[in-house]
Amino acid sequence: MIDWSELFQQIVAGLAAGGVYAILALALVLIHRATGVINFAQGEMAMFSCYIAWSLINTYDLTYWLAFALTLAISFAGGAGIYGVVIKPLSRAGEITVVIATIALLVIINGLAGWIWTPEIKFIESPFPPGTFTVGDVVISKQDLWVFGVSMICVSVVFAIFRFTRTGLMMRAAAIRPSTSRLLGIRVAFMLAVGWGLAAALGAVAGLMAVPSLGLEPSFMLTIIVYAFAAAVLGGLDSPAGAVLAAYILGVGISLLSTYVDFVAESQEFKLPIAFGVLLLVLLIKPTGLFGRTVARRV
Amino acid sequence: MTPLLELRDVEARYGGVRALHGISLTVEDGDSVAILGANGAGKTTTLRAISGTVRHSGEILFRGKPIGSKSPEAVARLGIAHVPEGREIYGELTVWENLLIGANHRRDWRQAKKDCENVAGYFPRIAGRRDQQAGTLSGGEQQMLALARALVARPKLLLLDEPSLGLAPTIVSAFYELVQSLTDELGLTVLVVEQNANVALKATKRTYVLEVGRVTMEGASEDLRRDERIRKSYLG
Repeated sequence: MIDWSELFQQIVAGLAAGGVYAILALALVLIHRATGVINFAQGEMAMFSCYIAWSLINTYDLTYWLAFALTLAISFAGGAGIYGVVIKPLSRAGEITVVIATIALLVIINGLAGWIWTPEIKFIESPFPPGTFTVGDVVISKQDLWVFGVSMICVSVVFAIFRFTRTGLMMRAAAIRPSTSRLLGIRVAFMLAVGWGLAAALGAVAGLMAVPSLGLEPSFMLTIIVYAFAAAVLGGLDSPAGAVLAAYILGVGISLLSTYVDFVAESQEFKLPIAFGVLLLVLLIKPTGLFGRTVARRV
Repeated sequence: MTPLLELRDVEARYGGVRALHGISLTVEDGDSVAILGANGAGKTTTLRAISGTVRHSGEILFRGKPIGSKSPEAVARLGIAHVPEGREIYGELTVWENLLIGANHRRDWRQAKKDCENVAGYFPRIAGRRDQQAGTLSGGEQQMLALARALVARPKLLLLDEPSLGLAPTIVSAFYELVQSLTDELGLTVLVVEQNANVALKATKRTYVLEVGRVTMEGASEDLRRDERIRKSYLG
């Protein structure tokens, strides 16, 4: 007999986890479309943002949401700054060079965080109320639902920016045809910097959603970012909608896998290899990802 | 009066190869000028030097002010719209989005959007396809879209790079007729680069002939059409 209550709860928990992957996957796709590279430092940038939030809350005594907003602004500036100082000057040297640079950033940011804040684990309490509510027999965690909601808001805001705003359209133009766009008067470097800033701010949100349950230490984003990479690749690196959808599927899939498949449930180490086994299988059958190309055209 | 555009002894090279050996030319306000030449004569390079996408020496003056060291986006924002060779429309975006992109640096965004809508009057063939993906348009329609995209920026000077390339003769003449009526109506100045001497000499008032990076002839387009050398080498 299936326990419907448990099933439903696991799906909501999966959607919450998937939401965090979705925000990060969206950030990865954003940068991939703008700069043509995978930003391997995305997770560490998010981790660093969380430390900034922690400092704002604990050292400067700000309320959570004020710290949250400030962290997003700082992250945006930081992301744009990284583009201007590191990525843009290197982009003439080719994509491989830029990819290596993002790996260098990963190591540098990780070391920097440990040096500034010590590797000792820190905590940021969840801004959302604890507890559960019940619908019929089904018990749902309020925090999971909130995290899922925040991820949906992030995704909607990003889609709205690109679809309906002037800057969003010019960012898309700059990403599709950089040299033609410059010829038409678009400040391409500025647009790409905004893209990096947006990705960094998204990363900050994802990190802040994940940190209450995981605790803050320099490598806390490692597993999460690996899932986000998987979702981005699975959805098709050029397809924001695909990446987001793949992230939710991945989140729910893993949640169900670790509940209903005994050997995974008993030993959590199986989660990652199984998830990636599926990823490889999908890519072998459809190398552009589940939603590659076709969805990408519209966004 | 200062000319709208003036090139003084402009040289450009790609790697070690010199593409322009000191070009000088003048475009007066309201004029329509053609640069004629065979493949590799330096026509496209001349336009690219003006737009700031090719390194060059010598002087380029727009309204009497040097623009030679400016970035492509800065040049565009001064009112020089470049319709590049091969059209380079955004194929995966809609026709409407392509138009809006052309208007990107307009200050009065509302008026710019209105202008994008008004473009329909000049380009009925693309106006009815606002929401169609631009990549699905025919070659001629894409060329029209590229022109419309340049016009919504409200430029002073229009640079056209081989607009006739790959288009059927009837579409080419329709395109040039449109350019001519637009120049008069909007007070545009046009500098067009062409291999197709027939159309270029008909559609413009003055022409420069380029050969291996040098200006070899210049004069009224009407006179050049009757010139023996031009007839032999370009009009066949």
